[in-house]
Amino acid sequence: MKEEAVIQVENLTKKFGDFTAVNAISFEVKKGEIFGFLGANGAGKTTAMKMLIGIYKPTSGNAQVASFNVYKNPNEIKKNIGYMSQKFALYDDLTVKENITFFGGIYGLSRSQIKEKTAQLIEELNLQETVNQLVGTLPLGWKQKISFSVALLHNPKIVFLDEPTSGVDPITRRQFWEMIYETANNGTTIFVTTHYMDEAEYCDRVSIMVNGNIEALDTPKKLKKQFNVVTMNDVFLKLARSPSLTLPFGKGVKND
Amino acid sequence: MLPIIFVLPIIQLIILSNAATFEVKNIKFSYIDNDKTSFSRELIEKFDASSYFSVQTDFPSTKLASSAMLNGEVDVILEIPQHFERNLLKNRITDLAVTINAIDGAAAGVENVYINQIIQRFNKNAQTELITPFDLINIPKNIVSIPSFWFNKTLNYKTFMVPGILVILVTMITLFLSGMNIVREKEIGTLEQINVTPIKKHQFIIGKLFPFWIIGMGLLTIGLIIAKVLFNVPIVGSVGLMYLYTGIYILVILGIGLFISNFTDTQQQAMFISWFFAVIFILMSGLFTPIESMPQWAQHLTEFNPIRYFVEVMRMVMLKGSDFNDILPQFLKTLFYAFIMNGLAVWSYRKIA
Amino acid sequence: MGLMKRFIGFIKKEFYHIFRDKRSLFILFGMPIAQIMLFGFAVTNEINNVDIAILDHSKDVTTKEIINKISASKYFSVSNYIRNEAEIETAFKKGKIKAVLVFEKDFSKKIGKENIATIQVIADATDPNTANTISNYTSAILQKYQQEINTTIKIPYQIIPKTRMVYNPELKSVFMFVPGVMTIILMLVSAMMTSISITREKELGTMEILLVSPLKPSQVIVGKVVPYIFLSIINAVIIVLLSIFVFKMPIQGSLILLGIESILFIITSLSLGILISTISASQQTAMMISLMALMLPTILLSGFIFPITSMPVVLQVISNIIPAKWFIIILKGIMLKGVGLSFVWKETLILVIMTLFFIGLSIKKYKIRLE
Repeated sequence: MKEEAVIQVENLTKKFGDFTAVNAISFEVKKGEIFGFLGANGAGKTTAMKMLIGIYKPTSGNAQVASFNVYKNPNEIKKNIGYMSQKFALYDDLTVKENITFFGGIYGLSRSQIKEKTAQLIEELNLQETVNQLVGTLPLGWKQKISFSVALLHNPKIVFLDEPTSGVDPITRRQFWEMIYETANNGTTIFVTTHYMDEAEYCDRVSIMVNGNIEALDTPKKLKKQFNVVTMNDVFLKLARSPSLTLPFGKGVKND
Repeated sequence: MLPIIFVLPIIQLIILSNAATFEVKNIKFSYIDNDKTSFSRELIEKFDASSYFSVQTDFPSTKLASSAMLNGEVDVILEIPQHFERNLLKNRITDLAVTINAIDGAAAGVENVYINQIIQRFNKNAQTELITPFDLINIPKNIVSIPSFWFNKTLNYKTFMVPGILVILVTMITLFLSGMNIVREKEIGTLEQINVTPIKKHQFIIGKLFPFWIIGMGLLTIGLIIAKVLFNVPIVGSVGLMYLYTGIYILVILGIGLFISNFTDTQQQAMFISWFFAVIFILMSGLFTPIESMPQWAQHLTEFNPIRYFVEVMRMVMLKGSDFNDILPQFLKTLFYAFIMNGLAVWSYRKIA
Repeated sequence: MGLMKRFIGFIKKEFYHIFRDKRSLFILFGMPIAQIMLFGFAVTNEINNVDIAILDHSKDVTTKEIINKISASKYFSVSNYIRNEAEIETAFKKGKIKAVLVFEKDFSKKIGKENIATIQVIADATDPNTANTISNYTSAILQKYQQEINTTIKIPYQIIPKTRMVYNPELKSVFMFVPGVMTIILMLVSAMMTSISITREKELGTMEILLVSPLKPSQVIVGKVVPYIFLSIINAVIIVLLSIFVFKMPIQGSLILLGIESILFIITSLSLGILISTISASQQTAMMISLMALMLPTILLSGFIFPITSMPVVLQVISNIIPAKWFIIILKGIMLKGVGLSFVWKETLILVIMTLFFIGLSIKKYKIRLE
C-alpha cells in the first residue's frame, strides 16, 4: 500500500553564483518508505535536502513535500516534517525534559500533549533516571535517540535525518536503525543521508548523488545487480570514481 | 585570527592615541553683551583670540543662551552686564557673570582657570592703559610663576598616551589568547588527548604559552616602531630594559590567563572573565586617570595591579630615561607576581587535568 | 496554535541558558556594579593630592607662607624638600613627584624692595594634563595670595567674574561617568550577549533545527533578544538606583522619558548585535567583533571619558556614527540638565534611524543567506 508519493522532485536546481550545487534532480519518495540519500562530501546532498526542508530557496525546478509546494507553502511543509541534524542539536544546558518541552512548544503542541509525549518517551527510551539531567552530561548515543524522538514529537509525515549516526558506536547504530524501522512501519516516511554504506543496505531505496546529479536510484538489491558488485560500498566506489556516467564503466577513466 | 592579533591592535594604537586626551580645547563659548561698548567688545575679542575657546554666535538674551546650553550647543556663557564700561571707569570695579557646564567636573575646573587667566590679563591691560599718576605710587606686589615642563616641553598628549596604550594592547591580546586557549582545547576535547600522552604538564604549558609570549614581544616591537616613527614619541631610556621588563610582565599575564582558563568551561566565560578583570585593572592602572587622585584605599588596591607597574615602567623608561635602579621596586613586584601567578596556574591545571 | 504560548516557551528556554551559566551571569550583573563603584569612589579625572617637592633657596617668612597655602589646598601634598637642582631630575625619575616648586633667593627681600619675585614651577610633563593643571592651580593659588598681601593697596580696575557651575556644582566626576557607564553596560549586554547567543546556536546546529520548525526566522530572533531586553532594563535600573542613592546624583528630568530613551538604545544595541551575528559564523568571531570593533570605539569615541571636541577632526566626524555618543548626550540631558524631549529629539531621531538601518541591513544579510 505504499503508493502515495509524499516527496515529488522535478528538475530541482540550486546555484551559488556560477557554481551549480544541485543540477536538475528529479525523484519521488513514497509514503512509509525509507529513502537513502547518498553521496560523497560536496556532492550536493545536503544542499538538496535543505531545499526540501525550506532552509534554501531553489534556483529553479519544482518540488512538493507532504503535498505542499516548496515555493508557495514552505510554512505548511515545516509543520509536517521533522528534522534531525548530524549534530543531534539539543541544548546541552537544558535537561532532557526541558528540551522536550521546548521543542514540543515551538511545534505548537499543547501542554497536555507535551506531558503525554514526555511520559511516552520516558517509557520507550528508559529515561526515568535521566529525564532531569542536563543533556550535556549524556553520552552521544543517548543524545541521538532523544534527538530523533524530539524530531518525531509532532507526528510529522516525513522525517529528514542528516547523517544521523555519525560518531556513534555500532551497537547504538543498530538500535537506532531499529527505531527507524519502527517509525517507518507506523507510516512515517524517512529521508536519510548517510556516509555508512552498510546502512544504505537497510534502506528501501537509495539515490546516489555525484557532482550535483543523481547518478543512480533504485533498491539496494537492484543497484548491486546493475553494477555487478556484492556490496553497496562497491556501488558507491564505482560511481564516485567514474568521471562521467554516460560512458560505460572501465572506459571512462580518461582524466587523472 | 592573525589579523585580529596584529592589525587591530595597531589600528587601535593609532586611533586611540589620537582620541585619548583630557586636553581641554575648542571650548564652545558664547556671550551675551548687554553693554555693547568698546570695553565689552575688547573683552570678547580676548576670548576669540585664545586658542582654548571657539566662539559661537552671541545671544540676545539669557533665556536663549540657557536654552542653547541645555541643547549642548555651548558650554561656557559670559554675560556682560549693562553699564560694564561705565562702572569700570567710574567705580573701578564691575561684575561679570560666567556660567560653565560642569557635567565634566575636571574640564569645568580647567575652563574656569582659563577664563580667569584671560580676565586677569584684561584687567592688567586696562590698568596700564587707564592708569593715572596717582596710581603709580601704589605699585602692587607681584609673585610671578614661571612654569617649565620637563620631558615633554610642548605638552603633547600623545607622548603620554602612546606608551600607555601600547601596554593595554600587549596585555589584552596576551590575556585573551591565553585565557581562551586551554579552555578551547577543553571544549573541543583535545585536552584529554594531550593528557594521555607522555608529555609532562609543565612542558605542555610552556609549549602552549611560549607562542603567546613571542606574540606579546612582537606587539611591543611593532608598537615601539609606530611610537617612534608615526608619533615621534621620544624613546629616552634603554630599549633593552623595556624588553627585559616586558618579558617578565607577559609571564604574569599568561599566568593569569591560564588560571582563568582552568576555572572556566567555555570560551565565552573565559572571555567575559578576562574582560571583566582587564577593565578593572585598566581603570585602576593610572593609564587614563592619575592614581594619586584616588582615595587612599583605592591607591593601596592598585598595588595588586600588574598593569599599573607596566604603565609606570613604560612611561618612566621611555619618556624620562629612568634606569634599572629607578624601576627596581616595580621590577621586583612584577617578578614576584610572575612566580605567584604561574605557580597558581600550574597548580590549578594539575587539579583539572 | 497560540503564538504567545510558543513565544513564552522560547523565552523560558533562553532564560534557562542565561541562568545556568553562573559565571557569565556574575559578569553580567557584577560588571555594572563594579564599574559604577570604581568610577564613583576610586577613579577620577580630577587632580587631587599630587605629590610635589619644594626647592626653597630663601626659607623666609613669605616662602613659608606660600608653601603653607600650597599644602593646604586639596590639589597638592608637599611630600619632599630637596636641596639642589640636581635632585630634581632624580626625583622625577623615581616617578613619585609630579612637580617641583623652586623659590628664588631672597624672596621676601625682593618682594619688599622690587615688588616682584619669581617661583619656578617645574612639572613632570610626561602626563601633560596633570602638568598643565598643576601649573594652572599653582598660579591660581599664588594669585590669591598676592591679592591678600596687596589688601592695603586698592587695585584699580577690577573685573570680578561671578562663576556659576551649572548641572554639577560640586564638580563630581561620577556625574560625568554615570551616563557613560550606563551606555557601555547596555551596549555590552544587548549587543555582545545577543550576538554571542545567536552565533552559539549556529555553532551548535540548533539554529538549523529552529529554522526548520514552523517558527518564522523573525520570531526566532525576537524570541532570542527579548530576555536580553529584560536583563538590560534591570541593569539600567541598578545603575540609576546606585547613582541616586549611593552617589546622590539627582535625576533632574523625567524618569519616564529616561526609561523610554533607554529602551530605544537597548533596541539599537540589540539590532547591532543581530547584525553582528548575521556576519559572524563562530562565537569567537562575534566576541572579537563585539569587543574590538564595538566596545572600544564606544568607550573612546563616545565622549564617555574623553571630550570629543578635543579630538582631531577626523575622529570627531567618525564619532557621529557611534550610537553611544548620541545616547550619552540624551542621558546627560535628561539626568543632569533636566531637559525634555524637545531638547533631545534630534539625538533620539538619529538613534531611531540607526536602529532601522541596522535592522534593515540584518534582514537583507539574512535573506541573502537563505537565497
